[in-house]
Amino acid sequence: MADALFESLLRLGDNALILGHRVSEWCGHAPVLEEDIALANTALDLLGQTNLWLEYAGEVEGKGRSADDLAFLRDAWDFRNVLLVELPNGDFGQTILRQYLYDQFNLMNLEALKGSTDTRVSEIAEKAAKEAAYHVERSRGTVVGLGDGTEESHRRMQDALNILYPYALELFITDEVDAEMAKAGIIPDPKSLEDTYLAAVGATISEATLELPQAHFGHRGSGRDGRMHTEHLGHILTQMQWLQRAYPGQSW
Amino acid sequence: MYAQMVKSTGTGVKSLDEMEPEERAFQEKVDADIRIEARDWMPEGYRKTLIRQIGQHAHSEIVGQLPEGNWITRAPTLERKMILLAKVQDEAGHGLYLYSAAETLGVTRDEMTEMLLSGKMKYSSIFNYPTLTWADIGAVGWLVDGAAIMNQVPLQRTSYGPYSRAMIRICKEESFHQRQGYDIMMKMAKGSEAQKRMAQDALNRFWYPSLMMFGPSDANSVHSEQSMAWKIKINSNDELRRKFVDQTVPQAEYLGLTVPDDTLAWNEEKGGYDFAEPDWDEFFDVLKGAGPANHDRLEARKTAWDDGAWVRDGLTAHAEKKRTAKVAAE
Ligand SMILES: [Fe+2]
Ligand SMILES: [Fe+2]
Repeated sequence: MADALFESLLRLGDNALILGHRVSEWCGHAPVLEEDIALANTALDLLGQTNLWLEYAGEVEGKGRSADDLAFLRDAWDFRNVLLVELPNGDFGQTILRQYLYDQFNLMNLEALKGSTDTRVSEIAEKAAKEAAYHVERSRGTVVGLGDGTEESHRRMQDALNILYPYALELFITDEVDAEMAKAGIIPDPKSLEDTYLAAVGATISEATLELPQAHFGHRGSGRDGRMHTEHLGHILTQMQWLQRAYPGQSW
Repeated sequence: MYAQMVKSTGTGVKSLDEMEPEERAFQEKVDADIRIEARDWMPEGYRKTLIRQIGQHAHSEIVGQLPEGNWITRAPTLERKMILLAKVQDEAGHGLYLYSAAETLGVTRDEMTEMLLSGKMKYSSIFNYPTLTWADIGAVGWLVDGAAIMNQVPLQRTSYGPYSRAMIRICKEESFHQRQGYDIMMKMAKGSEAQKRMAQDALNRFWYPSLMMFGPSDANSVHSEQSMAWKIKINSNDELRRKFVDQTVPQAEYLGLTVPDDTLAWNEEKGGYDFAEPDWDEFFDVLKGAGPANHDRLEARKTAWDDGAWVRDGLTAHAEKKRTAKVAAE
């Protein structure tokens, strides 16, 4: 049980950590000043959520690892995030669409987690859901605006959707860990969110005048169980963990 | 400072008697510390100088995101990463307040951005220095934000209302930045040998560039007199530089770091430090575009602007569609 909870908390924390890292890469490079501010804000919220999930994961594991230990001292195979969040930022359209596809899931998941039988989980979800509600409102609005904007912005958003949509479906690739958590009422089975998620995404995509591609997540193994990652994850970690690795055991 | 070499367009400072009634009324208000607002009459030179000054300051906040943004993905802990992200986000916010203040003078943010990218407008020389190690992030917060505060606190009382109000909001956040930077320096200076070395190296590289932030020495600062009469410059460059040195040297001592200036000595008589001037040739070179970071900074801003064009156009087009649909429905 503790093992499954630890795994699940890593899934939650690592998604937030890796996506937060990607979004923070935009700092100072966004298309307009308001977006610089909004993207930094999103990254900040995600890193705050990371801290809460990983701190709890460390406690559940019981080996004295802190959130920082988990973030900075694990290698790629121990990460449990979905592939979607590792993907390079691409253009702004790809970044904001990835953000929407994640935000929509994150919000639904957090709403469900508020009812967790584990009070620590429900407390974290309570706080994070407020942030996620704001994120989804923003990313959704921008996806709609760019999809239904100019010819060029429409084309770019459709290209982004074709690349990203299959990756979004990985969010619903489940295993025995999910089953165990769902049975205990701690974390809902992602499959139970799938229909409402697909309906919400479908509505957004049609409002954005875009077309959902025929797609499925075709890889065997997933970032969620650590059997699959993209090559990008290693490069993210190379950057993120560099100081901690080069100067081990220091206080910063 | 963030606005280091702002050309004033005035042709020498006139006395009240030499002024036309409108200008005289304006100057009397300034002298009496009554704020000038956007709708008030103002001399053309005042308006133009303010656009340059506030614009340069705004650009500095924006370009200033880059040297610190350089370390966000490599920050050593989750907490440091969040603090740095929040700081860089604040700087973008400062840019926004300042552009809005400048816009009240009849220039748009987009126009100012174009002038930055074409090199017609400048940003502070300090952001052309690279951040090479994590200690540089500490040094930037401690020294660069420290120098910024030194200049901006008096500007809260500047004569132009929107500028003064922007400064009041900004100053509150800058003091957090400085404390956070000093806190990084503290950890490094009291840390391992390698961390101490990084901290000393950061101070070595950022000391003189920070002194340059206040602009050339008064003897070479040709445009100060008119700006001071207009109260858009409150203290002289040398005066602020001295204050900064007096404040910073004891902080460096507390860290156990050595200020890279052999001539530095307490002067009992004047109640302040004697210190070496920065290399002003370097300053003018950097301002003109020398150094690799200068090229990188402008390229980064140009790329952001050019690559973002389709996004700005797309969102504008969408807003326009929605507006027309709403009108049609009414
Ligand atoms: Fe600032
Ligand atoms: Fe600052």
